[in-house]
Amino acid sequence: MAEAAHHYDEKMPLEYRTEESRLNILGFWIFLGAEVALFATLFATYLVLFQRTGNGPTAEELFQVKGVMIETILLLTSSFTCGLAVFEMRRGRLTGLLTWLLVTLLLGAGFITFEVREFIDYVHEGATMQTSAFLSSFFVLVGTHGAHVSVGIVWMILIMIQLLQRGLTPRTARKVFIVSLYWHFLDVVWIFIFTLVYLTGMVI
Amino acid sequence: MKWNEFFVTGQPLIYAADVSIVLTVIGIVFILTYFKKWKWLWNEWLTTVDHKKIGVMYIISAVLMLFRGGVDALLMRAQLTAPNMKFLDSQHYNEIFTTHGTIMILFMAMPFIIGLMNIVVPLQIGARDVAYPYLNALSFWLFFVGAMLFNIAFVIGGSPDAGWTAYFPLAGNEFSPGVGNNYYAVALQISGIGTLMTGINFLVTILKMRAPGMTLMRMPMFTWTILITCVLIIFAFPVLTVALALMTFDRLFDTQFFTMANGGMSMLWANLFWIWGHPEVYIVILPSFGIFSEIVSTFARKRLFGYKAMVYSIVGIAFLSFIVWVHHFFTMGAGAAVNSFFSITTMAIAIPTGVKIFNWLFTLRKGKIRFTTAMLWSLAFIPNFVIGGVTGVMLAMAAADYQYHNSYFLIAHFHYVLIAGTVFACFAGLHYWYPKMFGHLLNERLGKWTFWLFMIGFNICFFPMYFLGLMGMTRRMYTYSAGLGWTPLNVVATVGAVLMGIGFIVLCYNIYYSARYGERDMTGDPWDGRTLEWATSSPVAHYNFAVIPEVTDLDAYWRMKKAGKGFEIDEEKLKPIHMPSNSGRPFLISIAFFFAGFGLVFKWFTLAIIAALFIVLGLILRSFDDDDGYYISVDEIKRTERLTGKGA
Repeated sequence: MAEAAHHYDEKMPLEYRTEESRLNILGFWIFLGAEVALFATLFATYLVLFQRTGNGPTAEELFQVKGVMIETILLLTSSFTCGLAVFEMRRGRLTGLLTWLLVTLLLGAGFITFEVREFIDYVHEGATMQTSAFLSSFFVLVGTHGAHVSVGIVWMILIMIQLLQRGLTPRTARKVFIVSLYWHFLDVVWIFIFTLVYLTGMVI
Repeated sequence: MKWNEFFVTGQPLIYAADVSIVLTVIGIVFILTYFKKWKWLWNEWLTTVDHKKIGVMYIISAVLMLFRGGVDALLMRAQLTAPNMKFLDSQHYNEIFTTHGTIMILFMAMPFIIGLMNIVVPLQIGARDVAYPYLNALSFWLFFVGAMLFNIAFVIGGSPDAGWTAYFPLAGNEFSPGVGNNYYAVALQISGIGTLMTGINFLVTILKMRAPGMTLMRMPMFTWTILITCVLIIFAFPVLTVALALMTFDRLFDTQFFTMANGGMSMLWANLFWIWGHPEVYIVILPSFGIFSEIVSTFARKRLFGYKAMVYSIVGIAFLSFIVWVHHFFTMGAGAAVNSFFSITTMAIAIPTGVKIFNWLFTLRKGKIRFTTAMLWSLAFIPNFVIGGVTGVMLAMAAADYQYHNSYFLIAHFHYVLIAGTVFACFAGLHYWYPKMFGHLLNERLGKWTFWLFMIGFNICFFPMYFLGLMGMTRRMYTYSAGLGWTPLNVVATVGAVLMGIGFIVLCYNIYYSARYGERDMTGDPWDGRTLEWATSSPVAHYNFAVIPEVTDLDAYWRMKKAGKGFEIDEEKLKPIHMPSNSGRPFLISIAFFFAGFGLVFKWFTLAIIAALFIVLGLILRSFDDDDGYYISVDEIKRTERLTGKGA
């Protein structure tokens, strides 16, 4: 820590100005590396199990294009608006930042709503986590991503409250930046889910 | 649930354990109350974010777990001493070898290593703390409650009994219906989260907080091994997280990942487990190599031979450790091509390891060797570890492995690498860095007694097991008949185990004896050390370094001493030092984790959800916390430094 922790660098963007912020941002990148390993393991599990459907439905029988497309568009758009939020933050505009964060988390909430509806539909068709290895791995992989998005929404709300209370400071700016890294990462994971789970499932 | 299902009943040994647990708890509460130490406990330890104190707590926990795992080992040896023994029944034996393995790897070896790295790494790189002191406290407490949750299994609910590898389908609901394996899944998950955060914390610390002038290639070897170990942790532990989560789903919510029906695949567990499990053994052995490198170099009074080759071989081992996992189940039908690939990668690991052995030997060559206790452990490591390594290469040959697989030959092999590697390193490191933790040395005479008892006992215990394995004795069998001819070697092995136990008792006595009568370390540099931790006073001041040292070469402190001035502090240059505040929240969050875990084990979901809400509350409070720490004034630094004789 040392006095270096409070070493203030005016030339950097707001979120990078204190040494503490620089350490936290690097640490979060490394955490995302661990998350890559985590999702890679879940993807590997899914790919090993996805044709082992037992007595349950196959991926082709189950998946429906419409809901998945809506989820995809909502989440990809939210990644864009999250980028706009950080862009506004770099220009020092608190209102713009808050507005785009709000849009982002509403899009995220829309994504979660459609995902929950999709899951409920499957369960009504008799495709539950317990039905087959394919469905166990499907629900756990996609559900882990959904849980991450939900955590991201709560996290974003907490940061918005702090922005309203404390304004744009090096500390709140760093928090916004880190949650944005998290949000973009979830977007990337979704692209893999879309490709490896839904597209592959409907073609093979 | 009836009370006699909740508590484990019907075993005299368990009743004795119940009584001793209750008495110990009463004893601790009484002593803390009588000496009015509750406040001290809270302020100095439970809320601390100081890496040195956290390291000490890790090591104390590890020694306690070494006791627990050691008792398990002695119970197993007692049962196997003679044929057809009735000391333990088969179920009890299953539980004991499961907890022995799990505890020794995850709750003894790992925390011992992590404890030493907590204490030493910031000192070696000239830093005042780790990158995230608060997170560090949370890591420790998560490990600790995970360990406690695992340890109460044997009196509440029943121990896991499917081996430390918990292979499916045995570990599934069908064949292990009790709560034992729930404990395994949940307790390991909680402490695993702590370990992952430690990995991130120390990676950032080492990358970003080195003293000016300390380039990567000027880092002490122990710090190098920790850097690489952190990378292993960051990529291996998420795999364990997922594997344990899937196991938890299978056991609590009846999913079909590893089941026998509905498409489940039990081999998937074996693969996931060992994709984590093999890097895991390197997570405990690479830091050990680092510890031996420091000690050999110090007590041979020579610069480490082939520093660069050492670094590259660590990196090589780390890379290879991710592509050898199938060698743990050559016999489980992977096919000749796959087995050959993993056979070759496994044998390849012997190359960088061999490089390191020669590095140590050449460091010793023509050195002025001092035979301290720490050095004795390091010297004994080399031949003993080579025995373990060479038999490892024998096991690596897939075709031959069909003969050795799951026999006592394997047991002997991995105890030779894990004890002669990791445990010897922990003891060596403990003796070596003890003055930095407590300000006094461990008694050398008692230390040497521990060394000889333990090292000789270790060989007497495990060397015969190679032959027992070749004679056909398989692991995890709880008894055998007299006609097999295994009795004499089993008796010998038990004698060795008892000697190791006595060695451990001498070590514990040494800790007590040295606290009372041990030589106080007034200089801060009792071994004529080479690296920066010896530039501090013993025990180390709260802020580590009053002035951050400048590094010009490898063996930074040695260089300072050779330049004739040592590490002097210019009082004019002192500035107020910023330190992080203590916090009780990591401890409280971890308590919530304990109850959440306990709720999951027994499927008491209400308890689990309430506890989870407390965890979330703790995280929210942390997010809104804007405590910026505090400053230590220049006057206070001067006073501390004069007291320890480091100041002018």
